[in-house]
Amino acid sequence: MIGCILKSKIKVLYTFLFALVVSFGALAQEASEQADIATKGVTPGATEGAEVSGGDPAVISAGEALFKNNCAVCHSAGSDVIVGPGLQGVNGRHSEAWLIKWIKNSQSLIQAGDAEAIAVYEEYSKQAMPSFAFSDDEVKSILAYIESGQGVVSAPTEGPEGATAGENVGTDAIGAVGGYLDIVLVVLIVVLIVLVVTLLLITSLLRNYLNKNRTLNEYDAEVVNQRFDFSKIYKSKAVRTLVVLIFVVVVLDLTLDKVMGIGIQQGYEPKQPIAFSHKLHAGEHQINCNYCHSTVYKSKSASIPSANICMNCHSQIKTESPEIQKIYRAIERNRPIEWVRIHNLPDLAYFNHSQHTQVGGIECQTCHGPIQEMDVVYQYSPLTMGWCIDCHRETPLNTEGNAYYDKLVELHEESSKGAFTVSSNGGTECSKCHY
Amino acid sequence: MQDRIKYWKGIEELDNTPEFEKNAHNEFPEFLPVNEAEGGEANGKTRRRDFLKLLGFSMAAVSLASCEAPVRKAIPYLNKPVDVEPGVANWYASTYYQNGDYNSILVKTREGRPIKVEPNPSSSLTPMGTSPRAQGSLLGLYDNNRLRFPLIKGKEAKWEEVDKQIKSRLASVSGKVAFVSSTIISPSTQKLINEFGARFSNFEHVTYDANSASGLLQANGGVIPGYDFSKANAIVSINADFLGTWLAPVPFAKQYIKNRKVDADSPSMSRHYQFETIYSLTGANADVRVPIKPSEEAALVSALYKAITGQGTATGAMADSKVLAAAVKDLQANRGRALVVSGSNDPGVQAMVTAINAALGAEGNTIDAAPMYVKQGNDADMIRLINEMNAGSVGAVFFYNANPAYNHPLAAKVVSGLKKVGLTVSFADRVEETAANVEFVTPDNHYLESWNDFEPKKGFLSLAQPAISPIFTTRQMQDSLLVWNGSNSDFYEYMRNNWRSVAGGGDFNKFWEKAVHDGVLENGATLLTAKSMAPASTSVKTIKPSAIEAVIYEKVSIGTGDLTGNPWLQELPDPISKATWGNYVAMPRRMAEEMSVVQGDVLKVTLANGQSIELPALVQPGQANGTVAIAMGYGRNLESMPVAQGLGANAYPIATVIDNSVLYTGPVTLEKTNSTSPIAQTQTHHTIMDRLVVQESTLAKYKENPKDVTEYIRVATHEGPAKPATISLWDDYEYKNHHWGMVIDLNSCIGCGACTMSCNVENNIPVVGKAEVLNRREMHWMRIDRYYSAVEHEEKDYATMEDPAENPSVIFQPMLCQHCNHAPCETVCPVAATMHSSEGINQMAYNRCVGTRYCANNCPYKVRRFNWFSYANNDKFGFNEAMNSDLGKMVLNPDVTVRGRGVMEKCSFCVQRVQLGKLEAKRENRRPKDGEIVTACAQSCPTEAIVFGDMKDPESRISKTLARQNGERAFHVLEELNTQPNVTYLTKIRNLA
Repeated sequence: MIGCILKSKIKVLYTFLFALVVSFGALAQEASEQADIATKGVTPGATEGAEVSGGDPAVISAGEALFKNNCAVCHSAGSDVIVGPGLQGVNGRHSEAWLIKWIKNSQSLIQAGDAEAIAVYEEYSKQAMPSFAFSDDEVKSILAYIESGQGVVSAPTEGPEGATAGENVGTDAIGAVGGYLDIVLVVLIVVLIVLVVTLLLITSLLRNYLNKNRTLNEYDAEVVNQRFDFSKIYKSKAVRTLVVLIFVVVVLDLTLDKVMGIGIQQGYEPKQPIAFSHKLHAGEHQINCNYCHSTVYKSKSASIPSANICMNCHSQIKTESPEIQKIYRAIERNRPIEWVRIHNLPDLAYFNHSQHTQVGGIECQTCHGPIQEMDVVYQYSPLTMGWCIDCHRETPLNTEGNAYYDKLVELHEESSKGAFTVSSNGGTECSKCHY
Repeated sequence: MQDRIKYWKGIEELDNTPEFEKNAHNEFPEFLPVNEAEGGEANGKTRRRDFLKLLGFSMAAVSLASCEAPVRKAIPYLNKPVDVEPGVANWYASTYYQNGDYNSILVKTREGRPIKVEPNPSSSLTPMGTSPRAQGSLLGLYDNNRLRFPLIKGKEAKWEEVDKQIKSRLASVSGKVAFVSSTIISPSTQKLINEFGARFSNFEHVTYDANSASGLLQANGGVIPGYDFSKANAIVSINADFLGTWLAPVPFAKQYIKNRKVDADSPSMSRHYQFETIYSLTGANADVRVPIKPSEEAALVSALYKAITGQGTATGAMADSKVLAAAVKDLQANRGRALVVSGSNDPGVQAMVTAINAALGAEGNTIDAAPMYVKQGNDADMIRLINEMNAGSVGAVFFYNANPAYNHPLAAKVVSGLKKVGLTVSFADRVEETAANVEFVTPDNHYLESWNDFEPKKGFLSLAQPAISPIFTTRQMQDSLLVWNGSNSDFYEYMRNNWRSVAGGGDFNKFWEKAVHDGVLENGATLLTAKSMAPASTSVKTIKPSAIEAVIYEKVSIGTGDLTGNPWLQELPDPISKATWGNYVAMPRRMAEEMSVVQGDVLKVTLANGQSIELPALVQPGQANGTVAIAMGYGRNLESMPVAQGLGANAYPIATVIDNSVLYTGPVTLEKTNSTSPIAQTQTHHTIMDRLVVQESTLAKYKENPKDVTEYIRVATHEGPAKPATISLWDDYEYKNHHWGMVIDLNSCIGCGACTMSCNVENNIPVVGKAEVLNRREMHWMRIDRYYSAVEHEEKDYATMEDPAENPSVIFQPMLCQHCNHAPCETVCPVAATMHSSEGINQMAYNRCVGTRYCANNCPYKVRRFNWFSYANNDKFGFNEAMNSDLGKMVLNPDVTVRGRGVMEKCSFCVQRVQLGKLEAKRENRRPKDGEIVTACAQSCPTEAIVFGDMKDPESRISKTLARQNGERAFHVLEELNTQPNVTYLTKIRNLA
């Protein structure tokens, strides 16, 4: 009997504690979501070149764009060798006129017997550098960018500031709030247990004292020695109802939670047919996303690169790797590579990459997470409608320099003091995404 | 005495039959048979056990489905073509030409598959729109019933084997070698066929059209006069449906409408008289229409000939016709700006028409010096060949785009003749009637898979380029000929070389690239020469009057039958009868009453030769008395055409051959049978309750006071009559960015249905089939309402005793979601699945819709469509390949959701195009340009009747039109309901005599 009572007591306690934890957990999650949005909701534009000393920032940023789109595949702006040499200090190593000639057509320079050219060619295992149809000014802007040292990355794993920083702050927030709550909870429980034990000790001391040292009349003795009838609690309707109620609430909460999670594949990390590492390509080698996902600025689809894009580099680099051999085999068999799709939006939702990247100026990492740190890509964002809508509500439109919005910004400022967000331009209406 | 125009949608509404009354009050026809799956148990209740079973199953299914999402693959190109960007459409200039219907087009492709056909604005012949057939032709590309390989005696064969056999048989051929084709307007193909024939001592290229214009050609030396309707102030057409099916309807519609658009600054338009037997699309647009019998046609033309040229004789009732006198007066008053056309295939009649036009000074004015080539068929040649085949003097025959075993009046003789020919080859893309009777079938590519060139009019060249590589192992006819000729080059090279003569000086590659890019070359260079044709006899062939004269005609959607296998076109309602899926006997009301026939009664039609066919009757107001009309192209009984199989009956045997001319008319006798067969019509189910829906006026009134042609409804208030919009319970929307709107000019709309077809293709609209159309569940987002009307006189005198259905006028009104600013549908949706956007669009969120259908109930325009079934991936709708086979699904627009069962849908103002247009502008840091964002219906309209644009942009065409027409012709349908639509109509103006 007693065991039974004890068990029930423990059950109640557990359920109660569980309920507490669940509700705290929910609180914590909410807090972290808010923290997330607050910190990384918006990262408009790319790096700004305002503080760069020496050289015209406009020229440097033009050079940066050219460098990232054309050179970064084979060269780092630092001193690492990717395919060709790292370009840090290249302006010192060669004359500008020579560099212009070399970049425009390296092979003709080599064939002309230029000693400097042949030396470079020999040094980097006779890898021919392709010719580029740049104007002189464009080459100069690239050189200016290299000289500015902006492209030199101290720690290769560090991604674009916005996302990484945001991510850290986000997890810190979760950690801080969660840890604090845990400590309070533990302390509370300890205090309660101590309190209960103390009270039990006091009652037992008192009873012993009364029984031994006092002669009590029958009535008092009964009161003092009264045994608490635990079965009363067990049999009490109120308690039973409460227990059942709490149980039902917990089960419901769990079910709802699970049901709401159906179809959400956040964290989905399937094994891909080829162990391609974004960490290596986007992280360490700093290859621009646009190089492989070539339609991300102009189409609804970012496009998965076709094998011929891989071959731009891998016809020369790491040809012996078993993973890259798989690409060769695909080409030989004339069978495209069947990647496993990670980000699956339902067919009823229309999403356009270019709207967000080109027009909105959103970084890839805002939705895809720290892709430059992922060896295997996983789904970073929940991709739920709530997640979309939240961002559309919070994000100010990237209207600068876009004549489409000129009058709209004026009109908005006349009528409202809040930020001109996506949703204030109708960005949360049904037919913006569903048609 | 105020005469009032009474509108009605069909005979049912005019007569107000009890059945019509019942239907009119039912919003939805009937509920779905729930127990269908259980063998139709009649109790209408689900049994408890079944309910539990279902419940259990669905629970299990849900929990299973939720465990793990299916693994989806993303498969990139192995070697991405340079021009193809996933998610970005590519456009290729090409040309659609079939049976006279010429359209210079742009083909929209996504990820390498064609998904839409649009007009090519570079063309001066068809810059504005396309025909509905051109729109629908796209589905033919993905038709599973096309041949996938060549056939020898009906068995699958390899191309090498076919080539080997045909080559050796050709080497030893004895007798005549005949190449039978429908009209070929491709100069290079024509040249190639001539070269192919040069090898043989006895070769003939016989051109033969299922609906031939050989009479017209004979009267004009083998070419079609270069009609220019845009210059004509007075048009008289006798049985020529030039806006719908006659010769080249799309270029004609463009010309015709140029002189029909009016505004207060230039209130002038052409006057158009139409004398015809059937109620054609052209007749519906005419200012004056007179029903005539086929046997009266020759007399009518003679009377006109006499009146204009003073020669010949005019006798009979026709000569005394008052309308004819008025027409003559108008023609003579507009000398040099008048045009007479006739659809007759009688060279004698056509010779008179040519003389009339000459006398009216049409040459060089309303008849351009550059002739047209769109029809070149010669009936006499074909009849001779059929006789030669039967006589056994033909050694080899090839059929290209020609199916005489089905569509020639002497089809039986064609079949018997084929047995006596040594080598028979067909290039048909499927086993049709002729191909089923030949030894070799060497399937041709679809036109979107082929290179080709065209010259529809002298000096107007155009090109077709492949928009996709061949899906099956088919081969272009021209390439086959080159192979059999032992040539190593392909047709592309052949054609390129042929074009060198028109390139002029300079770099040919550059010239060629530009020509392929533009799709047209209109610098006057010409490549095609038409065979000259002399009239066999100029005597007029007399059609003996008979009790019931039958005519056979082309439907606007189906044509001569090449497109019967196309479910999109099958479900496109006929512009006048609004009937879908099948043909019928269209008869005037008087005849129906005399025979006590009601619509849907099956009639036995017995032809002159004793053959008979059975078809249901359709009461057609305006059909000439004593005549019936039956559409061509039906009655296909081959398994290779499952969509068309069993629909209607073949009407070609009605055509009669007189003196080597095929006349598309013949005497028949009708007999009522006991069976009935319902006709699936789309429009006649609702009533307009006598409300003001369409508006029309006359040119005379318009000239007098342009502000007096449109009736604006005012509501009574204590301050006097007020605009309904001034009294409102709702707050108005404020549009800051865009305010999309549409203006539809009822004067320009000819009712062809190109917009409906275009909308279907663009928006993945399902085809529901005959049974469901009968259930009034068609899904078209855009429909063209056709109202018959007759003047209702207040005073009941003898004139008004006439039957209003004898010869009613017709007015067309394209009807689509009106995108009301105060939309009745939005307020009744319990789940807010339909609501207004900040750009004026009434949005529909399918995945939020729970299917209460309150919105459809509350919509005064009846434009909402409910998905009663799942139309995709459903075997019951397997005839709609566009949604039910892997191949067919390639035609779907990837930017538009395929809707599921149980949700409501409706016109979205092509929001996918609006969104894309805005995005393109944003990407280029600018505002969208007017005309850049255009809905599918507006883009495909051959007469620019639909203008779509941003009403917030004061410089846009729509804003300017509205500003000019406001208070004159602009009106909103059912304005009194204060729904404030974003679609505005412009009152139709008739130039009544």
